[in-house]
Amino acid sequence: MATTITMPQLGESVTEGTVAQWLKRVGDPIEKYESFVEVSTDKVNAEVPSPATGILSRILVNEGETVATGTPIAVIEDVAAAGAPAPSATAPSIAEPAQMADARTPSEQIAAAIPTPAANGAARSAGPQTTTPSGAVISSASAHASPAVRKLAREHNLVIAEIRGTGQNGRVTADDVIAYAKQRGGAPAPAALGAMPYAGEAFHTTQQIGGAPAPVPHGAAAMYANPQFGQTIPLTPARKIIAERMVESKHTAPHAWSMVEVDVTNVWKWRSREKDGFQQQTGYSLTLLPFMLRAVSEAIRQHPLLNARWTPEGIHVNAEINLGIAIGLETNLVVPVIRNADHLSIKGLAIAAGELIEKARRNRLSVDDLQGGTFTVNNVGANGSVASAPIINGGQAGIVTMETVVRKPVVTKDDAIAIRSMMNVCLSLDHRVIDGLIASRFLNALKAGLEAMGPTGSL
Amino acid sequence: MAVTTGTNVMNNVEAVRATLYEALKNDPRTLVMGEDVGPRGNVFLITKGFLDEFGPQRVLDTPLAEASIVGIAVGMAMEGLRPIAEIQFSDFIFPAFNQIVGEAAKTRYRSNGDFTCPLVIRTPYGGGVRGSLSHSISVEALFYHVPGLKIVAPSTPADMKGLLNAAIDDPDPVLYLEHKKTYRLIKGEVPDGHYTIPIGKAAVRKEGHQLTVVSYGLNVHQALEAANQLEADEALKVEVIDLRSIRPMDKQTILASVRKTRKLLIIHEDNKFGGIGAEISAMVAEEALFDLDAPIHRLCGPDVPPMGYALPLEEEFMISTERMKQRMREMVKF
Amino acid sequence: MAKAPSAQAHAPAPAVAASHHELSKEQLRAIFRSMLLQRTVDNRGFQLNRQGKIPFAAGSEGHEAVQAGAGMAFQRGRDLLVPYYRDVGLCMACGFPTIEVFYSLFARAKDNGGGRQFPSHLTKKSAGIFSFSSIIAGHMAHAVGAAYALKYRNERDRAVICTFGEGATSEGEWHEAMNFAGLHRLPIVFLCENNQWAISTPQEKQMAVKDVAIKASGYGMEGVIIDGFDPIAVYDAVAAAREKAASGGGPTLIEAKCYRFLSHTTDDDDRTYRSKEEVESHRKDDPVPRFERWLVEHGVVSTVEVEALKKDVLREVNECTDAAEAEPYPQASELYTNLVEGAWEPWQ
Repeated sequence: MATTITMPQLGESVTEGTVAQWLKRVGDPIEKYESFVEVSTDKVNAEVPSPATGILSRILVNEGETVATGTPIAVIEDVAAAGAPAPSATAPSIAEPAQMADARTPSEQIAAAIPTPAANGAARSAGPQTTTPSGAVISSASAHASPAVRKLAREHNLVIAEIRGTGQNGRVTADDVIAYAKQRGGAPAPAALGAMPYAGEAFHTTQQIGGAPAPVPHGAAAMYANPQFGQTIPLTPARKIIAERMVESKHTAPHAWSMVEVDVTNVWKWRSREKDGFQQQTGYSLTLLPFMLRAVSEAIRQHPLLNARWTPEGIHVNAEINLGIAIGLETNLVVPVIRNADHLSIKGLAIAAGELIEKARRNRLSVDDLQGGTFTVNNVGANGSVASAPIINGGQAGIVTMETVVRKPVVTKDDAIAIRSMMNVCLSLDHRVIDGLIASRFLNALKAGLEAMGPTGSL
Repeated sequence: MAVTTGTNVMNNVEAVRATLYEALKNDPRTLVMGEDVGPRGNVFLITKGFLDEFGPQRVLDTPLAEASIVGIAVGMAMEGLRPIAEIQFSDFIFPAFNQIVGEAAKTRYRSNGDFTCPLVIRTPYGGGVRGSLSHSISVEALFYHVPGLKIVAPSTPADMKGLLNAAIDDPDPVLYLEHKKTYRLIKGEVPDGHYTIPIGKAAVRKEGHQLTVVSYGLNVHQALEAANQLEADEALKVEVIDLRSIRPMDKQTILASVRKTRKLLIIHEDNKFGGIGAEISAMVAEEALFDLDAPIHRLCGPDVPPMGYALPLEEEFMISTERMKQRMREMVKF
Repeated sequence: MAKAPSAQAHAPAPAVAASHHELSKEQLRAIFRSMLLQRTVDNRGFQLNRQGKIPFAAGSEGHEAVQAGAGMAFQRGRDLLVPYYRDVGLCMACGFPTIEVFYSLFARAKDNGGGRQFPSHLTKKSAGIFSFSSIIAGHMAHAVGAAYALKYRNERDRAVICTFGEGATSEGEWHEAMNFAGLHRLPIVFLCENNQWAISTPQEKQMAVKDVAIKASGYGMEGVIIDGFDPIAVYDAVAAAREKAASGGGPTLIEAKCYRFLSHTTDDDDRTYRSKEEVESHRKDDPVPRFERWLVEHGVVSTVEVEALKKDVLREVNECTDAAEAEPYPQASELYTNLVEGAWEPWQ
């Protein structure tokens, strides 16, 4: 049985000591509490009393040497055990600072219990992993995008849910957003809220990607879809934004209104002839919408002011013709955008519109889908309307509606009366940007474009 | 303004001692005062030998009365001296609370600049030295609420000197905190000659882009060790900021770092609730919320009065380097 | 002048002490004018408060003899005064301009303290008058520190005069300061203006002894009790103690027994804690008319001169009132100045 003596800490703040003098030599007997070594530090000089009775068997630090407190300086052998093998290196020390196996506070232990991706092998285990339910902020926060992630995603026009997360539990980190943005290329688009009408809703709904195909309205949205008399329906973020945008548009843009009647008999025939094949080929049904979009694009090309927006500096004519399509959902209204609509054929427009409508119904529209529109088409006719006065989508110069196609007697060019398929097209316009003359010219161009379409054309 | 001719390796005690010595040598208005600073040379031997050289008027052994140690120093300062008062242990500072908070910190303000109070109050603080309940506490949070009171807590010998010189030169009261455990544990090069480190300026001790750690005192050294290990073993890049001055606080350095790393961990030995980390957290939340990619975390002394005398009670209180590593790793990987 | 603890408070009212041979007629007239000025300023402070023009004032009626006498012993340009909040008269007697008292009362921008502190909390470094807070006895250690500085710099013929009420002697810091001053034999005079009331707490609830002065023996210094209604006795005691201090003889504790005639401040109503009879019993010894009688009886001033003096003092106070009232308040932005040298960098 041996006792290892360590350099004592002689005084607060002292971290080392010097062996000034050995008062005993190797082999000398030592009584417990008998001084056997003199130690000096820069605070005190002191004789050190022995913690045990026995024989001083080894001196580990020479006179004049300075060692850290806790360093073994000598070994005292139990008298009864004298002659036994030399003490092993694992002899228990009397004053060695304990290396606490788990000196963590309870909260630390909880934090350590949070599952983290395995650190590389060099990392030492920090202690027993417990099954204590994690109370730490870290894990509960992983379900949410951090402020930095939200900000970066907004700056880069990204949908957080589409980014693969490398953080804890697959959390999307700020670096993930930056990497994703780089990979997609392009400079961050200005986050102009005016150009992304219902971005808030999109942020909200896209979180559900990968879930049920059709979202079930819940909470305020459910109440809106199924209102009860006498009830006050709380405002959803989307409803608030819609309200704000509508008020803003109506208050800032002086709305003027005009309507033309369009003979869509021929285009309707064309559409009827193509629709089955189109459905088979693309999976989308062919409606009158892509024909309308085509005609609108053409008319805008002839009258670029319809593609403009009012700014205090001047009327800015947008470079691209990006047509928004208003889509009414049960609880919501969204206006996804077909970019460069004038570059697309009727077929292309049909597919693009079909995709957007599908996405809207599945609540899968991205921020990109919802922003950048320069003019809007609203197919209100699908619901039976024959005339409407739409509100311009903020930051645009106009919006047209497609009203219900009505078969009715019409006086033809040669003064005959014929049954034709007629559709009203209503235009609301920002009178700051456009006057009645241009509006009429645009509507007439649109009307002419639609009426010129017929079964001999090419989709 | 450093006039340096070389450097010496010193520990923190030696750095404070050398700086006080130079101050007494260079400015007859300076004097040191406190309990046992005379023949005993202060309980940590910081003023050892001063009495013989500078005499009892300038190395003033005071009665055992902390309120008047500071209060008399305030009067001296108002009358043109440059007293450097010592509270033997920060645990004993509370009788002087009124003189520090109610008098020293308000002298210039209440007289609209008619009187000033160029005073340094030095005091050893902190634990990990088996100091038990009344020789271990951190007091900075109890004072940093006070406008007009500067508080510094240097961690390295070079900073000890530069900030003590700055405190002595400062025309207003400065509370100068010396972590006891660093006294002889921490050694480093100290430039010769008179130089100052501006009060209110933090130091980036290690650069990194994945996490900002803000600390001061003893914990800075542990945080650096932890960050260096994480870099060597796991290639994690943690930035370590040594606050150095608690008030005024170097908001710019903290914010610049947090905006870069997007994550903030504050480490201090003082109790968590209402500690220095609380103010830093609030400031960063106010100024840089949208740059944060993780919740702010504080690794602090637990909310019990102080550490106990028994070793496990002390170790439970003190923040181990391993705990720092663990928390840093969690935050980097978050 | 009597040694502690034998003397009684100023009753039965003796004649004004005879040992005034050091004082010239001009000095005696100056003391009297100082007493008149103090009382007039005091009354004006209460008047302005009752008019709603200032929110607060603290009077010192009953302290005139102590303050005028001590002020005469104060050596302007050499001595330092570390006063407390009931010392407006003493400050004026030591050279503090009357108009500046009114800047303080009205909290105008021209107040030396920038309108930050209560009235009566004066400061004027150039006159040797220390800034102090409202914390009772907080200034004691400052006075001692200043005295240490004088001794440290070996400044001959300078002393500190530090005043306080008897209530302050209960504070730990009072004890600490006295202890240190006695220990180092510092050049300081401690002058207790014992008006017997600390707000509503009478002396007998403050301490177990009848005389503050006997506490001096515990600090190795001389304790002296004087009639605080007698300006000449006060002058004699303070001048002697000051002379002793300034020549290396160490500190003295002087207890000047007087009485607080008014409520503690304009915010206090003394009728709730002391009887009208008690106040009246002291009023008969009111130091201002008593000293006036003595001066006339001893041919120092004529009754005509007295009336002229009173008119002159009232004119001065009226002029100062109007002039100070016409001054502007400090700008709100002044809230942020003079915290530390240069800019304090808070979180804003």
